[in-house]
Amino acid sequence: MSGDGDFQPRVLAFLCHWCSYAGADLAGISRLQYPPNVRVVRVPCSGAVNPLWILKALQRGVDGVLVSGCHPGDCHYLAGNYVARRRLALLKDLLDYVGMEPGRVSFSWVSAAEGQKFAQIIREVTETVRALGPGRKLVKEVATDD
Amino acid sequence: MAEAARVPVGAVMVVGGGIAGLQAALDLAESGFYVYLVERSPSIGGMMARLDKTFPTNDCAMCILSPKLVECGRHLNIEVLTHSELVDLRGQPGDFTAVVRTAPRYVDPEKCTGCGDCEKECPVRVPNEYEGYLSQRRAIYRPFPQAFPNAYSIEKSSVPLCQAACPSGVHAQGYVALLAAGKYREAVALIKRDTPFPAICGRVCNHPCEANCKRGLVDEPVAIAALKRFLGDWEAATGEPIVPDPAPPNGKKVAVVGGGPAGLSCAFYLALRGYGVTVYEAAERPGGMMVLGIPAYRLPREVLDTEIEALRRLGVEIRCGVRVGEDITVEDLRRAGYDAYYLAVGAHGAARLGIPGEHLEGVISGVEFLRRVNLGQPVAVGERVAVIGGGNVAMDAARSALRLGAREVWVLYRRSRNEMPAAPWEREAAEAEGVRFEYLIAPLEVLGGDRVVGLRCQRMRLGAPDASGRRRPEPIPGQQLEMPFDTVIQAVGQAPHFAQLASSFGVPVDSRGWMKADVLTGATEVPGVFAGGDAVTGPRTLIEAIAAGKRAAESIHRYLEGRDLHEGRQLDPVPLVVGEVPRGIPRAPRARMPELPVAERVRSFAEVDRGLDEEAARAEAARCLACGVCASCYECERVCRAEAVRHQDRERVREIRVGAVVLCPGFDVLDARGLEEYGLGKYPDVVTSVQFERILSASGPYEGHVRRPSDGRVPRRIAFVQCVGSRDVRRGRTYCSAVCCMYAIKEAVIAKEHVGDLETTIFYMDMRAYGKDFEQYYRRAREEYGVRFVPAKVQRVTQGADGSLKVRFAPEEGEVTEEEFDLVVLSVGMAPEEGARRLAERLGIQLDEDGFPVSPGRDPVATSRPGVFVCGPFAGPKDIPETVVEASAAAAAAGAILAPARGQLVREKEYPPERPVEHDPPRIGVFVCHCGINIGGVVDVPQVAEYARSLPGVVYAEHNLYTCSQDTQQRIKELIAEYALNRVVVASCSPRTHEALFQETIREAGLNPHLFQMANIRDQCSWVHMAQPEQATAKAKDLVRMAVARAALLRPLREVSVPVTPSVLVIGGGPAGMTAALEVARQGFEVHLVEQRAELGGHLRQLGWTADGSDAEELCRHLVREVESNARIRVYLNSQVGRVEGFVGNFRSLIRDHRGHTREVEHGAIIVATGAVPASTDEYLCGSHPRVITQLELERRLRAGELDARRVVFIGCVGSREEGRPYCSRVCCIQTVKCALKLLEGDGRREVYLLYRDVRTYGLHEEAYRRARERGMVCIRYQEGSKPEVRAEEDALLVRCYDPILGHSIELEADLVVLGTGLDPAPGNRQLAQLLKVPLNQDGFFLEAHVKLRPVDFATDGVFVAGTAHAPKLLPEVIAQAKAAAARAVTVVSRTHIRAGGVVTTVNEARCTGCGTCESICQFGAIKVDPERQVARVEPALCKGCGACVAGCRCGAATLQGFTEEQIMAEVAAL
Repeated sequence: MSGDGDFQPRVLAFLCHWCSYAGADLAGISRLQYPPNVRVVRVPCSGAVNPLWILKALQRGVDGVLVSGCHPGDCHYLAGNYVARRRLALLKDLLDYVGMEPGRVSFSWVSAAEGQKFAQIIREVTETVRALGPGRKLVKEVATDD
Repeated sequence: MAEAARVPVGAVMVVGGGIAGLQAALDLAESGFYVYLVERSPSIGGMMARLDKTFPTNDCAMCILSPKLVECGRHLNIEVLTHSELVDLRGQPGDFTAVVRTAPRYVDPEKCTGCGDCEKECPVRVPNEYEGYLSQRRAIYRPFPQAFPNAYSIEKSSVPLCQAACPSGVHAQGYVALLAAGKYREAVALIKRDTPFPAICGRVCNHPCEANCKRGLVDEPVAIAALKRFLGDWEAATGEPIVPDPAPPNGKKVAVVGGGPAGLSCAFYLALRGYGVTVYEAAERPGGMMVLGIPAYRLPREVLDTEIEALRRLGVEIRCGVRVGEDITVEDLRRAGYDAYYLAVGAHGAARLGIPGEHLEGVISGVEFLRRVNLGQPVAVGERVAVIGGGNVAMDAARSALRLGAREVWVLYRRSRNEMPAAPWEREAAEAEGVRFEYLIAPLEVLGGDRVVGLRCQRMRLGAPDASGRRRPEPIPGQQLEMPFDTVIQAVGQAPHFAQLASSFGVPVDSRGWMKADVLTGATEVPGVFAGGDAVTGPRTLIEAIAAGKRAAESIHRYLEGRDLHEGRQLDPVPLVVGEVPRGIPRAPRARMPELPVAERVRSFAEVDRGLDEEAARAEAARCLACGVCASCYECERVCRAEAVRHQDRERVREIRVGAVVLCPGFDVLDARGLEEYGLGKYPDVVTSVQFERILSASGPYEGHVRRPSDGRVPRRIAFVQCVGSRDVRRGRTYCSAVCCMYAIKEAVIAKEHVGDLETTIFYMDMRAYGKDFEQYYRRAREEYGVRFVPAKVQRVTQGADGSLKVRFAPEEGEVTEEEFDLVVLSVGMAPEEGARRLAERLGIQLDEDGFPVSPGRDPVATSRPGVFVCGPFAGPKDIPETVVEASAAAAAAGAILAPARGQLVREKEYPPERPVEHDPPRIGVFVCHCGINIGGVVDVPQVAEYARSLPGVVYAEHNLYTCSQDTQQRIKELIAEYALNRVVVASCSPRTHEALFQETIREAGLNPHLFQMANIRDQCSWVHMAQPEQATAKAKDLVRMAVARAALLRPLREVSVPVTPSVLVIGGGPAGMTAALEVARQGFEVHLVEQRAELGGHLRQLGWTADGSDAEELCRHLVREVESNARIRVYLNSQVGRVEGFVGNFRSLIRDHRGHTREVEHGAIIVATGAVPASTDEYLCGSHPRVITQLELERRLRAGELDARRVVFIGCVGSREEGRPYCSRVCCIQTVKCALKLLEGDGRREVYLLYRDVRTYGLHEEAYRRARERGMVCIRYQEGSKPEVRAEEDALLVRCYDPILGHSIELEADLVVLGTGLDPAPGNRQLAQLLKVPLNQDGFFLEAHVKLRPVDFATDGVFVAGTAHAPKLLPEVIAQAKAAAARAVTVVSRTHIRAGGVVTTVNEARCTGCGTCESICQFGAIKVDPERQVARVEPALCKGCGACVAGCRCGAATLQGFTEEQIMAEVAAL
């Protein structure tokens, strides 16, 4: 993959319903422009994101994953975002251990009022993943794969 | 009927849609009452919607508020009335009639989709009040993106002054605004709604619009006419007239007699409506007075011709040189088959003076003279020309005569310059060109043989005013003179000339010869014959003639359609309301058109005024102040594809029957511009705290970047000035606003988080961090964030030459100092909302001198009018949690009156039975939304729909203009039936705003609401990739594919109904517990009240007086009596709760008394009201010296009359706000001041000293502090690190402390030292917390579910907290919170059933190992390992559906319904 300029990374974003998804909506309402590389999956809480989902997404050839929740203290479910923080910190260590580039998986806190921040994070995540190139490390290449 | 009257009305009106109103409405609606929520603004949300973060948790205000907005807005039993005001209230508690006035919104909220297309097109920019006026918004707007209703609203103050002043109602503000926005085509089209002649009117109209322009109050009126001319010329330059498409020909014909402005306007507006119009004009060219009366140097002929040509293009036939009645008879016309006639023949006859010699050669009328000049006919002008008269015709004649070669032209006028009717600019132009003016002179005779040689004239003077209001000219006896002239032009007026014509149509004329016709409609006595213009009114202005023609077109149209001519029409529809003179607008002179030099002017008829260029025109247009706000340019209406805009909206008044009213209209912040010393409004970098909230907010005007308004620079030093408009005796605002200290700390902290090396300084009097966890927040701000706190009164803020702000302040110690800052934030105080204050007075609610409602008895939410309750800052300054508490308390109070009517008016929706689809293969319907052009303008929507059709499982797909519109909802339901759809996917906007709507729709079609999935292709696609339509379309397809993949796996989710035990367990028999018990009982439910001591009363038994000075013992007796006599309350004394099982609605508890007897009770809710205990101390010799006592002991001695002390020294904060007890106990300062007042009032020679750290007499308690100081209480501040010392020396009790004002230490010999020791949490809290599985905070008080918005709830459903168990507080606050807890408990027990299930966790027991990880994760106690079976079990009534336990489950046993791994992975796989 030498032609990095043409590479359009595919990034998956798990956004919590109450804060980050609302922040993404605000980015939209405010017409803040960001790269069209991210696909959002809405979850009730960042605490609902199972680290396995992230691994499975990477296995399926997604180039990067973003998980975004409420700011510490703002969780609609009191502490779900703290649970997420602990789990995802562990996952990061694991990914580091198996030799995954650290930029492939990111976590952020975005509130319902932070449309600007959401757009900025999407720009940064997209550029980081773009610079890393296609994520193939966890993809299982099987010849007979349908 | 008499029977029915005794049952109250089961509805409540809540006035004010801020957080108080939302909470009260939700509590009431959840307790079985119908609620009308009346809000004055376009959206509910109130002040909280404008806040950035909230103290002391720094929660995002919008994050926590917006779910409440949605909940309230969607509630079936809450009717939100925006733009509405309660104006009157009649009747009795239980049965009121409320009169509500609703102002027009001008947008139908049912149709508006909130897409924002209108906003983009609106040319009007006005300061945005929501953003603290730091940015601008449009006239059509939504106050904030999360507003509810999610609909736009137009701000229209009235008809703009310019438009109201125009006889034809030309939308001047509208086209000026469009011009400023560069939308010339739209501007011209707008003008043409009311005049067909922009370029002509722009030149020769007398423009009454300018005379009434509000900008004239600031400097000079906007040059409206010049702008219209610019637009007219722009149109001409395009070469294509801009005219709306005419209606198709309707086959009817109208004859217009007279081709002047009235006739042509009538023809124009009739032609647009599809009529065949023929204009008969007597002169050789059309235009009437426009061509015959106005010289070419004012109105070039090509301009005239171009605009008349546009009529011909519309199909109007103009036949010139045809004199009706001579060249063609009226009979001929009738034979030609016209359906109606419009007579607009003008006033072309000339009035005469009637003096001798008028018939001499060389005398000519002004009308005739101008006609000849303008038609290019020969006219002889001599050397010396006299023009008699002072009107515009005289000016035109004089200036034309000059151009025809006259050497001298004199205008002779019989009154003075001031009375001259000619437009001043015309006179000035004539003067500039050399026309000479002779005033106060009247011709008596034209001199000469057969030709004129001169005039004999009479000198005049001004006498008394005549009927016209002008002073009447009178001859001065003996002063006559002769003047030589060879030409005399009599321009003294016009006369009718159409007697013959009128009579042949059968139209009568009045005594002066003018045609008789209705001025409004133009109808004459003869059916089908209309008349207007000068022929009816006598000579008037151009625009009046145009207006008459336009009105006649409407009349003729109505006549031919057989409709009433008058309905809904009036001549002068709107009075001019000038309003106040705008402040703070920089002066800018108006644009002036370049003119042809005088020397060139007088040689030809070339146009004098040369017009504005584009740049000048747009700059001039920008001077408009938009006084009507909405300019009525109709751009919003044009672009709204949902057809939601309705400019014709009118105010409505409604009468509504309710049983009770809750007033919570909120507060106004002080208008600090009145406090000149702080420079607000003068220096742009002095802002209010409300503005600073917006500056901090990520969604604010600077997108969360902290900047100075003046230059956008990032400030390095910010000063906060406290008590602006609070505690200000000089200005009569003596109370403390209660919230400013904390919000200032919060703003300082957040600002520092935004800007790395920012320095923040807070200048304060007392730092009132009195609430729960506030003191710790204050300490962190100081110690961790480095916010600087300076106890000092700021005297003045000034601006230096370099733009920096100089803050001058007097510190407690040392000299007056000045420091420089980049930005100054004024912490402005709260005042009762002004309009509501007037309303309260009208409703007969007694207010105190500060304007807050007087609360009778000890009920903090009652007013002087029974059945009307108050809450929130309208009832007194307070923060959000206390507001929410009071709101619930008010709901309880209303519920207590209306309990018999519970359930009477609430609605429950009926749905068809659910179609079982679980075992059917997916049949998915996909609906892709254009959202007007919001999605469709970027994404190829038809292509996405086509693509959706190809996806597996999809059996139907289509695209809609608006998928959320009412008709599409209906369509979706029909298609579900037609195609047997069992899953629905909508690709449109955000599920946060629209999912519930679509779920409702499919539910109505018999599908389980969870068989629905959304793809957000607007907020996440078209709006954020506007420049990349291809990628956006590809992404939209991806999102739809993901949604479809997930939809195929969706399963119906069902809720189960769990019955509720309608009783409440109240733990604690103090004032909180007793009040809560009584309130629950009043609402008709059983109560179990458990008290561990042998008697009820708790802490109240130890108090002497309450903070408001009333007798605590009496209150205690009263409460105990009521509790004991209430049949619904069962009291358990000497008892404790031993075990609690179950969940919300279904608790089972064990009550054990001191003898060990137990009893099991069932109940639906729990209220924890276990109180706090007075702290003890051994500091300051307490306990070892008899004259060092605690406050409680002082109260006891005062009551017992055992006090004999001359000099009393109070010491505050003993053991508080320091290690060991870091919190502020809130009550001590107020109790101290209360006791000090008693001491000072009891004995005039008594000396009282207060040694304090901060005096926290917050809110209205400030009054007592002020009175105590007035009576001589000496207050000395001490610091945490240098506490006072108390020592006993023989008989003497000595107190030593440092006095910062004196600058040295002093020693006081005290007779009595009284210590404010604060409150400790009750020792049993920890045990009870474990029993109930609810948390405590670090200080040992109970921790509520959410500090701001759920102040009496626990995270565990059905368990509530009240009183000092929650945190130290005063008795009225305890009572309010107890009522609030009761209201919240009633929302549980008033239901027969609660619903559980839906999006909740389920456990596959076969996989579960019972490891307990899930249990430790769950914050709500909803999942527990069954100790016997060793598997986790979920209580669906408690599960909130967050999914945290599922993600933590090691063996994959747990599943979150609606968000299963299978479903999520299907989405991921489809990516």
